[in-house]
Amino acid sequence: MSEVLRVENLYKTFGGIHAVEDVSFSVAEGELLALIGPNGAGKTTCFNMLMGQLKPTSGQVYLRGENITGMPPRKVWRMGVGRTFQITATYQSMTVIENIQMALMSYHHRVFSIVPYAHKLYREEALQLLELVGMVEQAERACAILAYGDLKRLELAIALCHEPSLLLMDEPTAGMAPKERIKLMQLTADIVRERKISVLFTEHDMDVVFAHSHHIMVLNRGELIANGSANDIRNNPKVQEVYLGGGHLFAKDEVQPNA
Amino acid sequence: MKFQKIVLGLVASAMFGLSTFAAQAADPIIIGEINHYKRMAAFANPYKDGIELGLAEVNAAGGVLGRPLEFIYRDDQGKPGEAIKIAEELMTSDGAVMLTGTIFSNVGLAISSFAAEKKYLYLASEPLADALVWAKGNNYTFRLRASTYMQAAMLAEEAAKTDAKTYATIAPNYAYGKDAVAAFKKALTALRPDVTFVTEQWPALFKIDAGAEVQAIERMKPDAIFNVTFGGDLAKFVREGSTRGLFDGRKVFSLLTGEPEYLDPLKDEAPVGWTVTGYPSYDMKDAANKAFVDAYMAAYGKYPGIGPLVGYMTVQSIAAAITKAGSTETEALVAAFKGLDVDTPLGKITYRSQDHQSTAGAFLGTVALKDGKGVMVDWSYKNGADYLPSDAEVKLLRPASN
Amino acid sequence: MALLIAQLLTGLANAAALFLVASGLSLIFGVTRIVNFAHGSFYMLGAFIGYSLMQVLPGHFWFWASVLLAGIAVGLIGVIVEICVLRPVYKAPELFQLVATFGVILVIQDLALLVWGAEDVLGPRAPGLKGIIRIMGEPVPKYDLALIAITPFVLFGLWYLLTKTRIGILVRAATQDREMVGALGVNQAWLFTGVFFLGAALAGLGGAIQLPKGGADLMMDFNILAAIFVVVVIGGMGSLPGAYVAAVLISVLNVFGVSYLPQSTLVLMFVVMAVVLMIKPYGLFGREEVAGEHGQVGEPERPIKPADARGRMIVGCLIAALALLPMFDSTFLTILITDILIFCLFAASLHFLLGLGGLVSFGHAAFFGSGAYVAALLVSHAGTPMELAFLLAPLGAGMAAVIIGWMCIRLTGVYFAMLTMAFAQLLWSLVFQWGEFTGGDDGMVDIWPAEWLSTTNAYYYFTLVVGVGAIILLRHVAHSPFGYALRASRDSERQAEATGINTKHVRWAAFAFAGAMAGVAGGLFVFSKGSVFPTELEIAKSFDGLIVVFLGGVKTLSGGVVGGASLELIKDFLTRFEFWRLSLGVLIIVVVILAPEGIVGTVRKLAEHAGWMRSKNAREVTGDE
Repeated sequence: MSEVLRVENLYKTFGGIHAVEDVSFSVAEGELLALIGPNGAGKTTCFNMLMGQLKPTSGQVYLRGENITGMPPRKVWRMGVGRTFQITATYQSMTVIENIQMALMSYHHRVFSIVPYAHKLYREEALQLLELVGMVEQAERACAILAYGDLKRLELAIALCHEPSLLLMDEPTAGMAPKERIKLMQLTADIVRERKISVLFTEHDMDVVFAHSHHIMVLNRGELIANGSANDIRNNPKVQEVYLGGGHLFAKDEVQPNA
Repeated sequence: MKFQKIVLGLVASAMFGLSTFAAQAADPIIIGEINHYKRMAAFANPYKDGIELGLAEVNAAGGVLGRPLEFIYRDDQGKPGEAIKIAEELMTSDGAVMLTGTIFSNVGLAISSFAAEKKYLYLASEPLADALVWAKGNNYTFRLRASTYMQAAMLAEEAAKTDAKTYATIAPNYAYGKDAVAAFKKALTALRPDVTFVTEQWPALFKIDAGAEVQAIERMKPDAIFNVTFGGDLAKFVREGSTRGLFDGRKVFSLLTGEPEYLDPLKDEAPVGWTVTGYPSYDMKDAANKAFVDAYMAAYGKYPGIGPLVGYMTVQSIAAAITKAGSTETEALVAAFKGLDVDTPLGKITYRSQDHQSTAGAFLGTVALKDGKGVMVDWSYKNGADYLPSDAEVKLLRPASN
Repeated sequence: MALLIAQLLTGLANAAALFLVASGLSLIFGVTRIVNFAHGSFYMLGAFIGYSLMQVLPGHFWFWASVLLAGIAVGLIGVIVEICVLRPVYKAPELFQLVATFGVILVIQDLALLVWGAEDVLGPRAPGLKGIIRIMGEPVPKYDLALIAITPFVLFGLWYLLTKTRIGILVRAATQDREMVGALGVNQAWLFTGVFFLGAALAGLGGAIQLPKGGADLMMDFNILAAIFVVVVIGGMGSLPGAYVAAVLISVLNVFGVSYLPQSTLVLMFVVMAVVLMIKPYGLFGREEVAGEHGQVGEPERPIKPADARGRMIVGCLIAALALLPMFDSTFLTILITDILIFCLFAASLHFLLGLGGLVSFGHAAFFGSGAYVAALLVSHAGTPMELAFLLAPLGAGMAAVIIGWMCIRLTGVYFAMLTMAFAQLLWSLVFQWGEFTGGDDGMVDIWPAEWLSTTNAYYYFTLVVGVGAIILLRHVAHSPFGYALRASRDSERQAEATGINTKHVRWAAFAFAGAMAGVAGGLFVFSKGSVFPTELEIAKSFDGLIVVFLGGVKTLSGGVVGGASLELIKDFLTRFEFWRLSLGVLIIVVVILAPEGIVGTVRKLAEHAGWMRSKNAREVTGDE
């Protein structure tokens, strides 16, 4: 499997505080890689540096061998990286399908076009994407009145519209009911497997993590403290120490730091 | 439109107890009056009183051409664009035969240009800009009041008599201020080539930083000062200047400061010793002036400022023009206004045919304190005709006359 | 050297009133997020009330007591304004409240005229502080020294109040997070009222304390408004020390400007503001405004669709009616409608920026004026034919918008608004000052249309075609990918950037496009009036535009046009009456309270309630919000 993303010695400091320290890893093609860690461990900061929302203090990010460090998000996106957000980011004043059409218009370089009606452009493609995430019936509803889980699915559809090779998902299931989480993650896993998309995601729900990741990395206080398979991570004493100071871990009803 | 008018009238009467639409017997001759009744309330409302006084006299004497004269007053919010809209309405739906009014020069210029385009007659009563009759003058615009140039020239003549050699000027940073300073400099240097201007101060209109202005003038140690500021700016300038001793031992020549509108608010802080143009209505002795002042005092209980005088003379001028024309047609009125002689409180004035400027003059005097308020003393009336450029020069100044 | 020190002292003394008024504005903004246009009116009331009190209360003690009492009285007036006018509209869209405060300005103007009369009043001198003290030979008024001494105490007092007392801590907490304070069990409504009291009282104090250096007049309110906004922005919105430093900076620079660059009086403070914001985008002591920090208050905007057949028919009928009008009615109505159409286009272009882009511009008149001036300058200096000059008007305005947009677009929210105002003011002063070229405030006259358009009716049709065409174009662009991208950038910059949209470029292009459309309106304007004056690009004109966009409804597509038409018609009607400002002000306030979503938004809601219109959102699914 070839390498899609490689991160080398990433650092980020905010006024003397190390948010991310010397983080290096890589994501292989078709791989689902989970990045976990307690709140404030630096996961979102890490994500933001990968896609250019934040500039790293030092270190490099390579996408298929090309250095994308510090590139603005829209350029990273053009190179085939999709992203979903921890706190959903959608266009509240548009309908569900228009949210996707917007991304498609951008993909087809039509953002500055003033001639056609936007709501008529790329409808078919948008409907297919909605079909994929199971939201066709909701296509014409206003995004502002969607349930949270639907927003997450919508974001996923938006992230898929430029046929990305890598998907960055920041807590894709946060704030959802347990049943919904598993459904959404299963859906994601199916899609990426079919399309050979690599996924890097952060997650608090360990069920989701263990069920769907090929590989897990643990971040604590900005440092990677473990990197390996589900089993490796379960048995890693350092990880156990971080989570609840050792002892029995990752039980079904694990406390959600986010809740 | 008729219906709208009726509703409008009803609402108007109901809301504000006006009776503008009460029936009038004879068919009146209507004059459209546009002014900044809210923006310049302190000036526009007394001016309106002067008009009312003039109208009462004209109509008591049987009106003009056997018909009563009537003014419709409209507020333009001080905006030129608004004034033009109103002008059109006055002329086309209200049946006005001509337009008059405005204090701000820019509104006056806008109406003047509009009047020329639409072939309406406009008598610019109060605006002072020289451009109204010269640079932007046109066939349909006449101006009543003594212009910036004329009044500045009167002060320059007075200044030339003193031995002051270095001058500072202070004027609001807009067209009127710039015109006034330019006119004063031109007139004074013509009379006294040895005079120099050491500093020119340009405070923003109504936003003067008086302390700083006074320091800036003091720094140059001029022999004399030419002042164009007025209203609140003047009050602040006078207060800071006298507190800091700026006026001690200096001659000050000041435009319009002697007009009661500007002098009265200063109360006992009126700048004693300044040479000013203005209107000492409280001190009138000759029959024509006194008759007007007495009539005004009888009607409104106070002596008139320059506004009422201009309003009154506006009515007199219009009545005279209509009588002379024998008609209310615009072209006939324009022809009548050219060279029109009007008997006014200031004596006989003439609307010059070469530039449409009337020869109404101004009073020049010195500020003194009397009973705790500023008055003009040692004043004399300066005939406007004596302070206008030669006809040849006017021809150059006024492209429209070529 | 002595002179320098004396000048410095003058500057410091001038800063006193400016700081007092500006700190009140800053405080009110910091806590309530209300851009209070009526703050200048509070200042004016302080001056008039202080003056009246000083007339009846003689002596040292009572002079200062009058100053304080004037502050308290104005504070109480502020409370009345807050409770009656603003409290009902806190939930309205952001910045909507500024419309209400604009209504308050109009009401106070007429009331002040009624109570105190039209004449300027000269403030009494402070007892015991009438003379001067010589410092190194230079005369310095004693009252100046008193002002210099008092201001730091006020600053310290405010600082103490805000940092050391419980109320102050709550106020500061509210500046950071309004909801949090509510969650702590504090009655937020009364906290806001209290802050309004303090802010208004400071303005009143400022008005009263400057009396010995000037007086009171009916134009004070507008005259100080721009200056205090500049001070608040330079200092950083919400920062009191910032307001102090900025007030001193502006005042001192102004004193030196007067001495060494006398022509600079119009522009100096705007140049300083522009420079400061270019270097420190959030003012000297300001905190960065996180996008969406204050959230979209109220109901989110609804999805838009091009008009359906019925909508098109209604609009078609309306246009047909307008086209037939000259056959039935007087010239005046056509002139009035020409004016209204031009204003509607101006409002629609601002609405495009504000409604779709979320970009609140306080300087949109700059582009209206640019269009008008470009056409006027071409006609009068180059003898350009009217048709060509008219075509170049939007181009010129668009160019101005490209340049100004480039400098403003990196800021958002109130800072963006302020920077646009600064540049608009710079452009205004350029036009105003450069008399030889632009005619200064005597304007440019005799700019009449070509022969074939010279009759009122011909120009009416011209305006109808061009104006309605441009409005339809604006509407069409709203439905185009570009319009969607603009809304996307407003709704979620994060998502837009993460899906390849260059939001800065989108906003910039929108700014330029809206500017060009305003330029079309300006071009139509100049040939309909035959003249143009700097008033067409001054702040008041920009505010007129803002007011109608909010009044019409920011979150509706036709808000700009409907608001523009309504306000112009109402104004034309009301200005015929003596107390039109009072009536208009009250009317605006009533509309704001009854229709917080603007005229269009509220009518739509009513229609849905009555069942005349189907609700586009299936609200039953999530229940009512």
